[in-house]
Amino acid sequence: MAELAQAAEATATARLSLLRRVAIVPAFNEEQSVVRVIDELRAFDPELDVVVVDDGSRDRTAGVAAARGAHVLRLPFNLGIGGAVQTGFRYAFEKGYELAIRVDGDGQHDPAELAALVEPVLDGRADIAVGSRFAGPSAGYRSSRSRRVGITILARTVSLLVRQRVTDPTSGFQALNRYAIALFAADYPHDYPEVEATVMLFKHKLRLVEVPVQMRERSAGRSSIGALASVYYMVKVLLAVLVSISRRNAVPLEER
Amino acid sequence: MTPLPISIAAGVASFVLLVVVLGLIRSRRLRERYALLWLLTGLVMLALSLWRGGLNTVAGWFGIRTYPPAALFAIAALFVILVLLHYSTVISKLSDQNTILAQRLALLEQELRAGGER
Repeated sequence: MAELAQAAEATATARLSLLRRVAIVPAFNEEQSVVRVIDELRAFDPELDVVVVDDGSRDRTAGVAAARGAHVLRLPFNLGIGGAVQTGFRYAFEKGYELAIRVDGDGQHDPAELAALVEPVLDGRADIAVGSRFAGPSAGYRSSRSRRVGITILARTVSLLVRQRVTDPTSGFQALNRYAIALFAADYPHDYPEVEATVMLFKHKLRLVEVPVQMRERSAGRSSIGALASVYYMVKVLLAVLVSISRRNAVPLEER
Repeated sequence: MTPLPISIAAGVASFVLLVVVLGLIRSRRLRERYALLWLLTGLVMLALSLWRGGLNTVAGWFGIRTYPPAALFAIAALFVILVLLHYSTVISKLSDQNTILAQRLALLEQELRAGGER
């Protein structure tokens, strides 16, 4: 079994090396963890281009990331996670990347899981693969009760709307092919984007596959979402999701 | 008790407000985060217009005994003030960001021109 898994991983790496690929790392005040994220991405794939989107950090995130050899896009002020990630998608689209991996700068996504994550996209089974904390058998992820309840409500709502079981609609650990990059470069939701983006994918008939992953506790810094803010986000995201299902489709960016 | 025509007119107005706000979100002319306060306004106004006993109770809290719709107008005014205040903070933030953008653009342009001369 282990040999089989190893062989599968080897072919995944070989197929990966044929593609122009980039890792998009949104980071807001993550000077403590962003270097480790970059190093781990390189350990997974030494040829991987890494672009760190510094979302108006007040610490040395941009400096330490650039010193580690990452491309750094420095936003002049904080756009929020949606605006930051879309900057990365725009970059990936303009520079002609065929595969984009999205990994958060706080270190909660383990690049060791990337081999499994990119698999469905490399196979052509999915336009976007999303790492899910709750799809696997062992739910090792610790999280506050209220947050889990919130995620469950969102997961149920989204699953109903997109007619597919989605267990972790807020996960930002993703691998995307060029179609998905072009769509999100043109249009990406604001400040808590993954849930609404899932509905967008469905409306554009792009295929989403969830891959079970483990996520780590944040290695440094604090989550950007507090208690009262989560209630606000829940309401806002539910509203956005319900409205977006009836909305006219955006047009993906044209290939030039 | 609130005169029935006032309840009906206020209810219709609140409903129209809700529909217009939702339509604006749908056509992407209004972002969700700026719509929430409007939706809350519409929902509260709709509830108080249709639930006439409730409006009487609320009016009673403020010592309004003779003409309950006065409470409806006061609450509507309060919400409008909240929305305006919210927008003032949004405009201030936008104006700050605009300044930063203009400064960054000027620096970039200077750098490009300096690069071209070399």
